[in-house]
Amino acid sequence: MKKLMLGNEAIARGVYEAGVTVATAYPGTPSTEITENIAKYDEIYSEWAPNEKVALEVAIGASIGGARAVSAMKHVGLNVAADPLFTASYTGVNGGLVIFVADDPGMHSSQNEQDTRIIARGAKVPVIEPSDSQECKDFTKEAFRISEEYDAPVIVRLTTRVSHSQGTVELDDRENYELKPYVKNPAKYVMMPAMAKRRHVSVEERMAKLKEYSENSSLNRIEWGDKKIGVITSGIAYQYAREAFGDVSYLKLGMVYPLPEKLIKEFASQVETLYVIEELEPFIENQCRIMGLKVTGKDKLPVIGEYSAGLIKEKLLGETIEKLNDIQDEAPGRPPVLCAGCPHRATYYVLKKLKLTVSGDIGCYTLGALAPLESVDTTICMGASVGVAHGMEKARGKEQSKKTVAVIGDSTFIHSGITGLIDMVYNNSSGTVIILDNSITGMTGHQHNPTTGYNIKGEPAKQVDLIKLCQAVGVDRVKVCDPFNLKEFEQIVKEEVAADELSVIIAQRPCALLKHVKFGPVLTINQDKCTKCRMCMRLGCPAIVDRGDHIEINPTQCVGCDLCPKVCKFNAIEKAGGQNE
Amino acid sequence: MNNTNIMIVGVGGQGTLLTSRILGDVALASEMDVKVSEVHGMSQRGGSVVTYVKMGEKIYSPVIEKNEADIILCFEKLEALRWIDYAKKDATIIINSQRIDPMPVIIGKAKYPEKIIEKIKANYKKVVDVPALDMAKKCGNIKTVNVVMIGVMAQCTEIEKEIWLKAIEKTVKPQFVDVNIKAFNLGYDFARDCFI
Repeated sequence: MKKLMLGNEAIARGVYEAGVTVATAYPGTPSTEITENIAKYDEIYSEWAPNEKVALEVAIGASIGGARAVSAMKHVGLNVAADPLFTASYTGVNGGLVIFVADDPGMHSSQNEQDTRIIARGAKVPVIEPSDSQECKDFTKEAFRISEEYDAPVIVRLTTRVSHSQGTVELDDRENYELKPYVKNPAKYVMMPAMAKRRHVSVEERMAKLKEYSENSSLNRIEWGDKKIGVITSGIAYQYAREAFGDVSYLKLGMVYPLPEKLIKEFASQVETLYVIEELEPFIENQCRIMGLKVTGKDKLPVIGEYSAGLIKEKLLGETIEKLNDIQDEAPGRPPVLCAGCPHRATYYVLKKLKLTVSGDIGCYTLGALAPLESVDTTICMGASVGVAHGMEKARGKEQSKKTVAVIGDSTFIHSGITGLIDMVYNNSSGTVIILDNSITGMTGHQHNPTTGYNIKGEPAKQVDLIKLCQAVGVDRVKVCDPFNLKEFEQIVKEEVAADELSVIIAQRPCALLKHVKFGPVLTINQDKCTKCRMCMRLGCPAIVDRGDHIEINPTQCVGCDLCPKVCKFNAIEKAGGQNE
Repeated sequence: MNNTNIMIVGVGGQGTLLTSRILGDVALASEMDVKVSEVHGMSQRGGSVVTYVKMGEKIYSPVIEKNEADIILCFEKLEALRWIDYAKKDATIIINSQRIDPMPVIIGKAKYPEKIIEKIKANYKKVVDVPALDMAKKCGNIKTVNVVMIGVMAQCTEIEKEIWLKAIEKTVKPQFVDVNIKAFNLGYDFARDCFI
């Protein structure tokens, strides 16, 4: 049967067909749908872990326990999981272990543009790279065979366009994979110096064997066409190259680490001009250059951003795109915004009003950095808000902590904010951390987390109590407030920032997009009462629009959250009747 | 056979993802190779979003480039203007006449361009503007704007109506099938004479 599937969905199908029984992940665009789709198969135990490090450790445990296991994450998630990855490379596996890592060239939804292949090479873990949905499924199954035959965790590297493109996939049945026996084996699984020294030897031997495998693997294939041009490529870049060059010769690499050097040499020897086309870092290209091959690649193509067939044509073939009109230039940008009804809007409105320095974090609430809220000062990585605020205090003294807050989402706090908070407790901080508890992992599309009370399947689960957690690590001042109670929230923030002790404020209000969140009727501005003072405009609500001669509320955008009437001193904002969901 | 390249452009939250799912299903039912490229994550929060649907004998790149789109389905006027460079000279451009102000306009840092549809019509011949928001309201659910637009587009393809209806039934949640079929039919009837 043929089905149209997202790359991520096809990965999940491959996981299912490979007989996997344990899957664990932390959500992150563009990888999230892998695990969401795996969770639909009842044959596979799946979970959201608190972060990628834990997720990978659970998968390693499952593999040592004899099951085929997977973990999925975005590129920056692999940084969090790098510690277990580098040593799991030494221990190897029992049941097959495959890690799906989705890079985000062009940074559609990420804070950097790193290339997973480089981390994988550092960890000496083989890397497989599919180019479309069918390969996502097929390569996943091959990855398990490699993992078990060569005793290695295997990374399947994806990019946004592969993960988030749908293509046709031929479905097969699930393989009946028998749990392997677990046999105690400290020489393999206890990585202390004496054992690790021996395992490192095994790792090097394995990589040499994998190189041989790569030479003959069906993952790598030559498509002969016109031999005037030869293109070495992999992943989504293969699709772009095919479209740009048409019927020339291709060496399409499905296994990008270790690379098949003999195959590359043989291919190179038969073509006149050799191109290497790969997004981000010159990973394949550098290897070709080390091998002494004359190639064209990053000397003409960028290491920044996504590629396209058009870009390749422009940079390598000198073709330009004819401009058919001159009207497009007029279009102003449309950056993403906090949704109408978003709880974070109220929080940032208060923080901006109080002119605080805001150490930010990763999530929807990063959007508080944009106009008109312009509240966030820094965003580094998951959990960094807490440590960065602490560091600012230590650099600039207590006076700085009296005008600084860290803001961090509920899921992000559990992911890696809690350790930062423990640092603040232990090292005598007087800072203020605001946990933006919107009852869900928002930006990635509403996944449950340890604070929501439900598991990945939506079944009731034990709930981590944020108040008790903060108190337990030693924070004496823990306050809870709905940021939509603007006055009370402002008062609490003022007090806690001024306090000489460390405090946590839990700003509690569910995400406006959650199904159970219901607001009142749509609002409207009574133009007779409005003085155009523009206070409501400071909220940066996408529903409130300045029309020049008057300000109005767009009834198709307003959700009736009732925040703007609270900032209007003239009671000009009224209920209009009618409701948007 | 040439490929058919369709773009769906709009504002995050307008239902472009569901639309691309329906289109993908239609293409599959028509036994063509098909690729659909979507946008998830940050842009879905009210940002500019674009989805590419490509169908034909064999599709490589899932992405449509400038001057390559046969049809652009625009859920919002400004987004039509933003992506107009992707249209072929003889492309069909279907525009929902709805206006959603982006934040730079809301806060007065930029102007919402005037007479967008007129300007596009001056440069491209096959332009249809659709009061899709009003039509969706008539259906009783403003979230059906996307399916009204699919109904309009269905008239300019040679794919049978039944295939579209089946794809909608398959894709939307059971409790919303009726209202979406109604929305499709409104769009379909509206466009009856548009593409002759």
